[in-house]
Amino acid sequence: MGKPTGFLEQQRELPGKRDPKKRINDYNEVDPVVDEKITVKQASRCMDCGIPFCHHGCPLGNIIPEFNDAVYQENWKLAYEILISTNNFPEFTGRICPAPCEASCVLGINKPAVAIEYIEKSIIERAFQDGYAKPRIPTSRTDRKVAVVGSGPTGLAAAAQLNYAGHAVTVFERADEIGGLLRYGIPDFKLDKQVVDRRVQLMTEEGVKFQTNANVGVNVSVEQLKEEFDAILLCGGSTIPRDLPIPGRELKGVHFAMDFLTQQNRRVGGKKVNAEEIWATGKNVVVIGGGDTGSDCVGTSNRHGAKLVTQIEILSKPPKDRTATMPWPSWPMILRTSTSHEEGCDRNWSIVTKEFVGDEQGNLKALRIAEVEMKTQPGKAPAFVEVPGTEKEIPCELALLAMGFLHPQHTGLLDQLGVDKDERGNVKATKYQTSAESIFAAGDMRRGQSLVVWAISEGREAARAVDQYLTGQTVLEAKEQGILSLMD
Amino acid sequence: METDQQGLYRPEFEKDSCGVGFIANMKGNKSHQIVSDALTMLERMEHRGACGCEPNTGDGAGILIQVPHEFYISECRKIGFKLPEFGSYGVGLVFFPRDAKVREECRKVLDRQIKKMKMTLLGYRVLPTNNKDLGETALKAEPVMEQVFIKRPDKTTNPDDFERKLFILRKYTTHIVTESVKGVDNQFYFSSLSYKTIAYKGMVTSGQLRPYFADLEHEDVVTALAVIHSRFSTNTFPSWRLAQPFRFIAHNGEINTVRGNINWLNSKEAFFASKYFTREELDMILPICNPKQSDSSNLDNTIELLVHAGRSLPHVMMMLIPEAWDGNESMSQEKRDFYEYHANLMEPWDGPASITFTDGKIVGATLDRNGLRPSRFVVTDDDMVIMASEVGVLDIDPAKVVTKGRLQPGKMFVVDLEQGRIVSDDELKKEICNRQPYGKWLRDNKVRLQDLPEPGGSFHKYDPVTFLKRQISFGYTSEDLRMILAQMCETGKEALGSMGNDTPLAVLSKQAQHLSSYFKQLFAQVTNPPIDPIRERLVMSLVSHVGGSLNLLEESPEHCITLELPTPVLTNTEMERIRYIDHRHLQTKTIYTYFKADGKPGSLEKGLNRVCQYVTDAIEDGFTIIILSDRSFDSGHTQIPSLLAVAAVHHDLIRKGLRGKVGLLVEAGDVWETHHYATLLGYGASGVNPYLVYQTIHDMKKRNVLKEELTEEKAIANYRKAVAGELLKIMSKMGISTLQSYHGAQIFEALGIHPEVIDQYFTGTVSRIGGLKLDDIAREALAKHQLAFPKTANWLPHLAVGGVYQWKQRGEVHLFNPQTIHLLQQSTKVNDYALFKKYSNLINDQSERAITLRSLLKFKKGKSIPISEVESKESIFKRFATGAMSFGSISYEAHSTLAVAMNHIGGKSNSGEGGEDEMRFARNENGDWENSAIKQVASGRFGVTSYYLTNAKELQIKMAQGAKPGEGGQLPGHKVDEWIGRVRHSTPGVGLISPPPHHDIYSIEDLAQLIYDLKNANRDARISVKLVSEAGVGTIASGVAKAHADVILIAGHDGGTGASPISSIRHAGLPWELGLAEAHQTLVRNKLRGRVVLQADGQIRTGRDLAIAALLGAEEWGVATAALVTTGCIMMRKCHLNTCPVGVATQNKELRALFTGKPEYVVNLFTFLAEELREIMAELGFRTINEMVGQADRLELRGEDEHWKYQNLDLSPLLFKEPMSLDTALFKQEEQDHGIENVLDRKLIQLAQPALKKTEPVQGEFVISNQDRAVGAMLSNEISKIYLGPGLPADTVRMKFTGTAGQSFGAFVTGGVTFELEGDANDYFGKGLSGGKLILYPSATATFNPSKNIIVGNVAFFGGTSGEAFIKGMAGERFAVRNSGVKVVVEGVGDHGCEYMTGGTVVVLGDTGRNFAAGMSGGVAYVWDVNKTFVKNCNMEMVLLDTLNEEDEQLLHTMIEQHGKHTNSEVAAHILGYWASTFKNFIKVMPIDYKAVLEKRKAEKKSAAQTTLGNTDFKFSSN
Repeated sequence: MGKPTGFLEQQRELPGKRDPKKRINDYNEVDPVVDEKITVKQASRCMDCGIPFCHHGCPLGNIIPEFNDAVYQENWKLAYEILISTNNFPEFTGRICPAPCEASCVLGINKPAVAIEYIEKSIIERAFQDGYAKPRIPTSRTDRKVAVVGSGPTGLAAAAQLNYAGHAVTVFERADEIGGLLRYGIPDFKLDKQVVDRRVQLMTEEGVKFQTNANVGVNVSVEQLKEEFDAILLCGGSTIPRDLPIPGRELKGVHFAMDFLTQQNRRVGGKKVNAEEIWATGKNVVVIGGGDTGSDCVGTSNRHGAKLVTQIEILSKPPKDRTATMPWPSWPMILRTSTSHEEGCDRNWSIVTKEFVGDEQGNLKALRIAEVEMKTQPGKAPAFVEVPGTEKEIPCELALLAMGFLHPQHTGLLDQLGVDKDERGNVKATKYQTSAESIFAAGDMRRGQSLVVWAISEGREAARAVDQYLTGQTVLEAKEQGILSLMD
Repeated sequence: METDQQGLYRPEFEKDSCGVGFIANMKGNKSHQIVSDALTMLERMEHRGACGCEPNTGDGAGILIQVPHEFYISECRKIGFKLPEFGSYGVGLVFFPRDAKVREECRKVLDRQIKKMKMTLLGYRVLPTNNKDLGETALKAEPVMEQVFIKRPDKTTNPDDFERKLFILRKYTTHIVTESVKGVDNQFYFSSLSYKTIAYKGMVTSGQLRPYFADLEHEDVVTALAVIHSRFSTNTFPSWRLAQPFRFIAHNGEINTVRGNINWLNSKEAFFASKYFTREELDMILPICNPKQSDSSNLDNTIELLVHAGRSLPHVMMMLIPEAWDGNESMSQEKRDFYEYHANLMEPWDGPASITFTDGKIVGATLDRNGLRPSRFVVTDDDMVIMASEVGVLDIDPAKVVTKGRLQPGKMFVVDLEQGRIVSDDELKKEICNRQPYGKWLRDNKVRLQDLPEPGGSFHKYDPVTFLKRQISFGYTSEDLRMILAQMCETGKEALGSMGNDTPLAVLSKQAQHLSSYFKQLFAQVTNPPIDPIRERLVMSLVSHVGGSLNLLEESPEHCITLELPTPVLTNTEMERIRYIDHRHLQTKTIYTYFKADGKPGSLEKGLNRVCQYVTDAIEDGFTIIILSDRSFDSGHTQIPSLLAVAAVHHDLIRKGLRGKVGLLVEAGDVWETHHYATLLGYGASGVNPYLVYQTIHDMKKRNVLKEELTEEKAIANYRKAVAGELLKIMSKMGISTLQSYHGAQIFEALGIHPEVIDQYFTGTVSRIGGLKLDDIAREALAKHQLAFPKTANWLPHLAVGGVYQWKQRGEVHLFNPQTIHLLQQSTKVNDYALFKKYSNLINDQSERAITLRSLLKFKKGKSIPISEVESKESIFKRFATGAMSFGSISYEAHSTLAVAMNHIGGKSNSGEGGEDEMRFARNENGDWENSAIKQVASGRFGVTSYYLTNAKELQIKMAQGAKPGEGGQLPGHKVDEWIGRVRHSTPGVGLISPPPHHDIYSIEDLAQLIYDLKNANRDARISVKLVSEAGVGTIASGVAKAHADVILIAGHDGGTGASPISSIRHAGLPWELGLAEAHQTLVRNKLRGRVVLQADGQIRTGRDLAIAALLGAEEWGVATAALVTTGCIMMRKCHLNTCPVGVATQNKELRALFTGKPEYVVNLFTFLAEELREIMAELGFRTINEMVGQADRLELRGEDEHWKYQNLDLSPLLFKEPMSLDTALFKQEEQDHGIENVLDRKLIQLAQPALKKTEPVQGEFVISNQDRAVGAMLSNEISKIYLGPGLPADTVRMKFTGTAGQSFGAFVTGGVTFELEGDANDYFGKGLSGGKLILYPSATATFNPSKNIIVGNVAFFGGTSGEAFIKGMAGERFAVRNSGVKVVVEGVGDHGCEYMTGGTVVVLGDTGRNFAAGMSGGVAYVWDVNKTFVKNCNMEMVLLDTLNEEDEQLLHTMIEQHGKHTNSEVAAHILGYWASTFKNFIKVMPIDYKAVLEKRKAEKKSAAQTTLGNTDFKFSSN
């Protein structure tokens, strides 16, 4: 452990973010600064716990105390090696992970948690800067070929791992660029696309093949894929958004959040939008849904120059701090303020949207909303009940639906493959194996919508399953099982 | 009638220790009085022996005298045969079997052998014995006692030759009878057979000896010397023949290394040759030793052999029990040469020992190097010499005393009856050391490592290609690098850990294990003390000798042609030097230890056979050093685990009689932790080259993971230093001082190795539950090998994460992990039983990942009953205790939370060893009670005062701690704040040391004494003894039960700890399941179970754990870690750093403020535990705990489809149930008889009534004897009850005693009590003195010079906290050890004076022994160094020698004045009379840290505001 008393001497501190007033004028990252002096100090706060709850809290099982220690010793290369052994893409998680590790950090019991995510980002940026984040090219090749469908974090992680195992991996992406949500979901001000490019470049050098504009089931035939590859891993994500079927849904100005965000990412990337343009400029924007996607819509709307951005959420306002029902080290449902919120947003909770109100031209002009409260009735599931007399209309010219995703798209690929689905409409794949021989699934497509860090974890574990299937064994790093395990 | 092993009990675990002594007339004048006096001495040491289950069955007693020739003549005449003149016949005392037919068979053999050896049988005499007072157990085993008289062959004229013939006859006859007579078992035995001496002994109490042997009361039975012995055995089945004296010795002590000593002796027997024996005769007497007999009897056998082979008895004693000579600068060169030379011949028989020896012409005694047994002697003006474990065992007119002395560590004392004088240690040894030019022999022959030529090249270059492969294949983990190697390299010490071990036993782990992890270090508890390897470094040595040994029975210059290794950790260069050695008969052969990595059955065995064969061939070819190397290694072959290779070769060579011919060295990659070295050395390696460690250090340096300023050389030096330091610790745990004795001593118990493997390769090791076979071991090795050579080329080779010391997702599993911690904390916080069940299910369900032995067990279904019929949870509560955690290791907040909770439910919390703040003795206003019901008495005795003892419901003597048995502890200065300093009676800011041993418990009879002391100090408290599970704990528990403990706690190896070296946490001790079951079985078998409560603790987490503990024999349980977790502990495992972030294990105020635990949470935990237990009881049909205790047959093996590693585990010995009879008790049913009904204190209390009731002064006078023990403790208890901590006003109770005081005179004497003793005193004088005043001076009629004579025994004022004492005369060893406040004046002290002292003032008006002030961290000593000898005797590690200032002068003058006033001391008068000149000779001994703190405080004084929390006001106790 670096410094036994570090946590008593150092406060949690992060490099400052850019000024909100200035940063809303561009799409550059909000907090681009990595200050290694700060990082080293922050690493000294790690207590190297006997039970590192952070390490348990991390869906990847990142060996956090060890890389913290290495950072404290300023042995950045060692830190990188530790980090990369469990996480293929620290540059993504280091930027956009909600950091469940920090929520379960032992220091968090009574002090601000160790700045693990920031340390992670520092390590990987330093690794790229110093040039030791280089391609790891397998020393020998198997004669097996794997198709990975979908190039989001799951697909990329799986592809990278399978490639390390020596298999020939081709990633199929229906969009024109690799990255899935990383590319077209997450705004640039949170994740600069050069970061994605840098990784894709590295993987290309390692030998992974990427095919864009390759929509399997549409312009790439499923049969061909089956024939050509020894295994197919489906990582298509959870793409069907939850809709809000209330009166006025058809009005112009009501859009799914992802459509709005994708457009902007394309613009920033210098690409054509190829659809009806959605702009928030000068409008009253209401974002329906209080999650991360909603927050991204807030940030993007402000950058468009919206008149007023309002976010509404049906759940009640979460508490500021942990309560007895969400004790440490569980993930706390507390009020979180994102960088986008800092930039200006009217946040409202316990609000139900009852109607999209349009003008004569069929344009959205207002939202009818009401306050709700959660009622628990004996024997029944808790339900939202409208508070009488609270109904009102608020002006709104652009409504963005950010209420999450239901399941993967069934038409096309999944239907053609005929794989079984679970009751939620996700691909049923116990231990990543679908109901069809040689076809595997992972990520949101399998487990439903989730975090990037989970996606990477899914990709890594699925790669093990595929490797095991192809070669009868696997040498890929597992999440829960050490290499010294005597399994038989 | 030794009983065979059944269940977990093994006869070889038995141990004994005792009272010994002799009495002799220097001039050789024989009298019956000597016999009679000797028997009186025995009777007066009755309390040092023990009784079995019946008060009238003793463990054994005996007397050895010169042959009473005239008496035998007349006795034999009566029978009808005539004895020739003295010296022409031998007489034996024979124990014959009781069965007449078998007896006659034996007799026939004996008669035949007498004839065969050309001797003449004169006749038999049936010994008149009187067994009417013997107990049932003794009677059942009583042999038929006869004497046999044998005439000397006419041809044999030399008496020594005749004696030798008798020896051969005895040995051979015994061998033949044992082999050929059916049904004889061990019932044929010669107590003695000699023309000079005869031993009367048997399984009797000391008091029964006289009436049992009618001879002994006969006036004609005369002798000039008598050796006596009374036995206190831990064993359950006392045996007639194990009574002592043996033929040459009576031994009080224990040979810790006996297993190795026997092996080494056996391995030398093949090349015995002697001019005193023909070849045929040698064959007749071999084997000399028998592992089935006691250590003492094997020692006697060896001594006997060496004496008959021509060495003198004192010479032999010096060989076997050498002084601490290695590095002893003050020892004469010739003596060091003698010892160094003999170290080549034989390793020390190591262990605490006071040995009385005689050959009938001389009688003497010697003490082990550490002086761990008391031996006091008195010489009178009528030529009598009396020596015994105690003084006062014989009434001697003080006017006749010429000398009163004690035997010093390593010294010898001989009375030569032929010369008619005492021969001093110096004279005796000088003569022996000059017998041969040992020094010249050494200089001419011995080879020292550093003198060997530089090697030509090295094998050991760092090779990046195979390096990582090797690391992986040998099982290195990244944790090993980070937590073990880096720590050792950077600090030169092993890393510390805390909070115990909750990972699986090696055999249960599904991570490929290191073979050494299956071997658990044994450690000393109760029957012998561990050593403090740091403070008592001078008795320890790591030197070993490599090379073939020669005939033990002769000595020659060639005997010392060996290579000396100063430490067993060899550098690469050293290894190469040895590889290329070519010096007379020293040549080296390297043999590679690999086996075929094909995974086929038998491959490993083939490999081992090949290695053994190659070694044998090499020996035939004349090589004397063998290097077993695992460097040969590739994808097709893997290394044999080095431990297995060494042990296999070692035992193969022993069996072939070749072991003595070579030294074994190991060159291995699978050695990095200290424990790896310990196992290799323990199974026969003399030196180890850890080449891969050096490469790893190189690699770590290269990768920049070691501190920048640390060079590779320094890192390696630090690493070697760390290993050496920890090896000393491991040895000292077992009380072994020299590596030479540890070498091959197999101080391990195997856990999880199949008997097949043990018998073949680890012969003689205890392994009780079976486990891995050879192919399984191979499989585990191959799993690692395959990682190094994976089938897929693409795997990026990397090390496993480990996860042993820190929970890791990809590592070893732990009972406490993020999930279980969270569930336990949350469920107890919100009082949610359903959530708790989730937690307990996670813990209990170890089907996928077994961690504990109990996880392999399940309950046998029974007729269930409604839960309402099960005893209430409230009645179960009183059986709960929390673990011992000191205030100091954990915060006040955590400590008091546990106490309040336990008092609330009627359970017991434990103070731990740090004392307790007196303000906690009374209840708080809100009714909470922070008083710990259990008060611990540990080796440091912090804050153990009369008042502290008075406020306990239970007094717990901590013999060992699960996480670090056999080790001491240290509370770093930064944890000792004002408050803790006050509670521990020490100085804030100054670190505190808990010594490894209790300095008043070196043996079982000492423990009995401490139990007695504590019972006197608080009659209402149960006395509990905490033991740690290990092989043999059952027999120790029996001893402890016989020593009158009320409770025995068996702790598991895995218990929590504030700080312990990580190798101790993992590798010492055994699970409680084994220890508890063994203790229970052995106690039941011995009918002692009904007298004690058995308690279990160690990783007890759930109701299921409680139920299993109950079924295996525990009626009470301790829960520590789980309780701590409910108060907020999150297993940070940083307790030793004082940085606990949740305020549990820290004294940092800022962190303490973060403590959030509440007593309610702890109450909830125990409620849940009780509920869960009740559910199981209902299901099994038990209404009460008492019904349940010891019903081991209600458990069975889980027996599901088990992992291959568990296939050959056999837990049935655990479930063995002793056959029951009507009176078999399975749980505590009767109270111990503590024997305190009629103690002297009762009279004192009566007399002191006016003082107790009205504080009126009282006075009294008493005659005292050595049987009056712990005088003052009970009186002080009465005072403490009323007058609390401070006691009465000074001198309120004044008592005067005349005579010899028994042990622990003045123990815990509190304020207001003044004891004046005219006479002398035994050990533990003023132990725990708590404010009283003790005055001691010799009898007015005595003529000896008190300042030259020993007037008080060893370990005086141990743990004293306050008070004053004045002693006119010298004291023995370890004077004022761990004193924390007593002011005392004494006129001379023995070795180790003021050791570990933390406070108080000691004035020594005379000489001191060696190692003065070792570990002294506080207080001041003033030594009057008039002879200018002090400086070399002082251990300067922690103190400085200061000049005296005015303040000192004032203080000193006053104390000496008082000394003179109280004792009439001539020395005091002289010093005061010539103060101006005498004062100059005083040296002030001042601890460095203490001085610094005092000076700092002085500076701060002006502004200082005392801490408020540690308010010194005490509240009145309701007690």
